[in-house]
Amino acid sequence: MNDVSSRILASLLETRTGQQLTMSRRWRIETALKGLLRERGFTELDQLITAIVGGREPTLAAQVVEALLNNETYFFRDRTPFELLLGRPLDRLAEARAKERRISIWCAGCSTGQEVYSLAMSFTEQASRWVGWRIEILGTDVSRSAIDRAKQGLYSQFEVQRGLPVKQMIRWFDEREGQQWQVSDKLRRAVRFQTHNLTERPPQPARFDIILCRNVLLYFANPTRRAVFARLAEASRPDTMLMLGAGETVIGQTEEFISDVSNRGLYVRAASAQQPAPLRYQVG
Amino acid sequence: MKSCLVVDDSKVIRKVARHILETLDFSVDEAEDGREALDRCQVAMPDVILLDWNMPVMTGMEFLKHLRKTENGGQPKVVFCTTENDAAHIRAAIEAGADEYVMKPFDRETLQSKLQIVGVA
Ligand SMILES: C[S@@+](CC[C@H](N)C(=O)[O-])C[C@H]1O[C@@H](n2cnc3c(N)ncnc32)[C@H](O)[C@@H]1O
Repeated sequence: MNDVSSRILASLLETRTGQQLTMSRRWRIETALKGLLRERGFTELDQLITAIVGGREPTLAAQVVEALLNNETYFFRDRTPFELLLGRPLDRLAEARAKERRISIWCAGCSTGQEVYSLAMSFTEQASRWVGWRIEILGTDVSRSAIDRAKQGLYSQFEVQRGLPVKQMIRWFDEREGQQWQVSDKLRRAVRFQTHNLTERPPQPARFDIILCRNVLLYFANPTRRAVFARLAEASRPDTMLMLGAGETVIGQTEEFISDVSNRGLYVRAASAQQPAPLRYQVG
Repeated sequence: MKSCLVVDDSKVIRKVARHILETLDFSVDEAEDGREALDRCQVAMPDVILLDWNMPVMTGMEFLKHLRKTENGGQPKVVFCTTENDAAHIRAAIEAGADEYVMKPFDRETLQSKLQIVGVA
């Protein structure tokens, strides 16, 4: 593939999603697009590029973008952050929401849904604790095909085993044709999915008590990342908890969130952001 | 360093499993069937056992039931690793005292994540 082609694809991806195709990731382009080429009957990548640039097929560009996104995910990814979040921090949150009896969770960049169902399992397994509560779990992703798969909750044998304890698999999944496993209806009814681009306004402002945005911000350019943190802040409440991917941090990236000193790996709103908004009118 | 006993009648599977486990920093021992595995456990209980289902002489299921009845036989974590991939087999394994279950074919990530779940990796 020539340099011009790879630059065209990189800029397409970045304008649509904010994701950068760094030099080190460019070698993956051809593998990532192989299926789409075959489907479209193209023999050369350049034919695909010509078709995109020609703009004759508006859906083609979207398909290319989806194919270039890294959708890797698995159940309870990295394990310990989930154990941490669902321990004391959740107790604290439950106390703070004792009156409202509602906890709202947003998995931003949820890919094919494993993260969302991991949380749904954890909450549903504590059914007695949450009697009378509304637990809302929303998963969003810029990739339509990922969201379609998430809604379906149908996973291959490989996918269903990664990170998921077998006892939970047996409890929450049904066997399907072709060595596939599908999330039970009960769990699927407990969650919601929708497409959403993190560079745009959040699905709901000042709503979410817990936000997971894991392994998404990695490939954003700095200014985009900063803007996305501002979007996440817009979606949060003063005591919202944010969980990032294992190798990600807020340090040097944003002033909206700071590390939660008592819970390593979790982030909370910066103190300045927690102060009530200044009154906008003069008294007297 | 944690120890793992790989019980499988296929030499290829044992070799693949050994390779993965060694890169995960396990000391690895092998047995070709349940009988041989029981003998190994008599000498020293491993931290974890990777167990095939269908084997000559003594199946994985028979081995597991024996193991759980022997002294200290409750200690090792037992991870079934088999092509018996249906819910009925999985339920039976859990009931018999298996801690985890890997459906073949498997890869490094799957095995690693299951070992983490049982707390040995
Ligand atoms: C590597 S996956 C991580 C999935 C999951 N959060 C996890 O940690 O396992 C990253 C996901 O972010 C999505 N993504 C990338 N850019 C996005 C954007 N601008 N808005 C929303 N989602 C985006 C990708 O489609 C992909 O599904």
